[in-house]
Amino acid sequence: MAVMNMIQAINSGLDVAMTRDPDVLTFGEDVGYFGGVFRATEGLQKKHGLTRCFDAPINEAGIVASAVGMATFGLKPVVEIQFADYIYPGYDQIVSEAAKMRYRSAGDFTCPMVLRTPYGGGIFGGQTHSQSPESLFTHISGLKTVIPSNPYDAKGLLISAIEDPDPVLIFEPKRIYQGPFDGWHDRPVSPWAKHPLAEVPEDYYTVPLGKARIAREGADLTILAYGTMVWVAIAGAEEAGVDAEVIDLRSLVPLDIETIVASVSKTGRCVILHEAPMTSGYGAELSALVQEACFYQLEAPIARVAGWDTPYPHAHEWDYFPGPKRVAAAIRKTMEG
Amino acid sequence: MKNTPTLSLHVPEPKARPGDPCDFSHIALSEPGAIGRPDIHAKALETVEQAYGLIRVLDKKGKAVGPWNPKADPETLKRGLKAMILTRAFDDRMFRQQRQGKTSFYMKCLGEEAIACAQALVLEKDDMCFPTYRQQGLLITRGYPLVDMMNQIYSNAQDPIKGRQLPIMYSAREFGFFTISGNLGTQYPQAVGWAMASAYRGDSKIAAAYIGDGSTAEGDFHAACTFASVYRAPVILNIVNNQWAISSFQGIAGGLNTTFASKGLGYGLPSLRVDGNDFLAVLGATQWAADRARANLGATMIEFFTYRSEGHSTSDDPARYRPADEPKTWPLGDPIERLKQHLILLGQWDEDQHKAAQDDAAAQVRAAGKEAEAVGTLGQSKPSIKEMFEDVFATEDWRIRRQRQEVGV
Repeated sequence: MAVMNMIQAINSGLDVAMTRDPDVLTFGEDVGYFGGVFRATEGLQKKHGLTRCFDAPINEAGIVASAVGMATFGLKPVVEIQFADYIYPGYDQIVSEAAKMRYRSAGDFTCPMVLRTPYGGGIFGGQTHSQSPESLFTHISGLKTVIPSNPYDAKGLLISAIEDPDPVLIFEPKRIYQGPFDGWHDRPVSPWAKHPLAEVPEDYYTVPLGKARIAREGADLTILAYGTMVWVAIAGAEEAGVDAEVIDLRSLVPLDIETIVASVSKTGRCVILHEAPMTSGYGAELSALVQEACFYQLEAPIARVAGWDTPYPHAHEWDYFPGPKRVAAAIRKTMEG
Repeated sequence: MKNTPTLSLHVPEPKARPGDPCDFSHIALSEPGAIGRPDIHAKALETVEQAYGLIRVLDKKGKAVGPWNPKADPETLKRGLKAMILTRAFDDRMFRQQRQGKTSFYMKCLGEEAIACAQALVLEKDDMCFPTYRQQGLLITRGYPLVDMMNQIYSNAQDPIKGRQLPIMYSAREFGFFTISGNLGTQYPQAVGWAMASAYRGDSKIAAAYIGDGSTAEGDFHAACTFASVYRAPVILNIVNNQWAISSFQGIAGGLNTTFASKGLGYGLPSLRVDGNDFLAVLGATQWAADRARANLGATMIEFFTYRSEGHSTSDDPARYRPADEPKTWPLGDPIERLKQHLILLGQWDEDQHKAAQDDAAAQVRAAGKEAEAVGTLGQSKPSIKEMFEDVFATEDWRIRRQRQEVGV
């Protein structure tokens, strides 16, 4: 075991996968010599060679498309899109090509690629470095969408994604790369080093896709969250003084519906969180699923706390980011319902 | 099994990394004045020499030589020099302000000032520029208030774009400066569309588009070149080749295999490759391209060959990916020093005037800084929270109204 922050855990996951399988390689903008703007690939070029970890031209469509080509050949490319906000030029290749390769060729061609991309706000990045576009991908059949919330899961989910036979997108919550930021922006953030989930095996292990984690057990209310919002959920529950059960979804597709249904059936109340704007966010899907499965167990309407339906602002970072105060207000309202 | 050789994957690398001696030996420099200047009616294939060579005007001694000498009057050149000095002083202060935690982000254009400052002198104020984040010299040369730039950088209550964007993503329609997108290359084809609209309306305005060497890799570059060629759009397609895209050298964008300017030839666009640190060459080439656009002859591609002397932004340390002394050894020198040398040679400038211009620039920046900081730096002051919900649509959607009301504004 070693103590790692999320970046170190992701780096370790890549290193382990590249060491075990010569068909695993990684590339993206600034990924090679520099090791990525967030340092996720630091040292990998030196260790594994120039052709296994290298810089890509600034062309996200080309990055995704060349990964599709490599994956269909039989390699296991892991590409980085530097910020999720930059993913859109690659959208056609992800949606029309990677996602549909297996289906349209009846399994003649498959696309076992992984795309990693930092996402989310809380860093004063403005609209081009703060977005949470996950629901644009969960809507697409044939794509798996994974979002870790801590170093242990980040590594284990990444290795599972690399071993998965289908395309997997990993949205990495960049605000918590260095520590479990809980949304209290005016309080110091403790680094991962002080957290048990920063205890990461140095060797191979996996965290399965499609299995949620109960981040906090509780009896009164269920909070569904992923990424940074897992930590905001815990802070929000403490702020509200409610014994909430916080479920860290880990992967949105495939979704661990059993864990969700069991928890909401137990608590009878559900609050859903995400940073992405409310309208057509993944919370809408979760809300529908919970309603369908738990209608008779619900004691209050399902609540959603999300980003506003505006582009991500710069000056108003903390007015936009759905922090623990807004979460606590939604919890209180749901408890009254 | 056929007896064929084993393939191997090629990944290009720069000549030098940290710890290595700087090496610019691979850069072929044309002699100043050596490249011909064709008539503006030239077809793409008549600009092959210009697209593969390097158009230079200023020689080692600061003398203007050859057919690309714009023969600008000394007052214009002095204006350009002062604009570059002011741009550098502005960058210097705002970079330091970021380092002191007064804003979240900043990007300098150190070493690249000549490109924007010279182009602003050639283009009319209502010719629309579609800049990247490194053409602040356009605004400064056109006389946009420094304090408004600073208010934007501080996202404060007086920010002209209401705190919506990252620092330096200015928008100034009245100054022919298109709202900057942080996404790369996206605005290159938009400039073509803007130019097509001007032609459609029978207007006389032209457009100027900017893209970095790295971002020419984006598909939007291809879109821009194709549309500009097909519709003969009155646009100048500038490529600022400053050698580095964050940590990736220009070879990762294909720069080892051909020149960026030569890419224009494939689209049938007359194309020039210009020393971007030579103020007179930038002026001369831009004038040629603007004349072509205004004569309804269509688009010109210009690669400005320059060097990014600072990091990409305040977020990266260039010493981690390139030799620390690379900026100092760049063979094409510093644009301010070179224009200064030229004006001194003409007898139009001296060290005292230069020092006075630097002092004046510092004073202007200091005064604007005082004014902006009195409004507030990032976090000390911000536009009303109500502004966060406005301008999503012309007319507020019910969802946004409800969310705004939830916040109580």
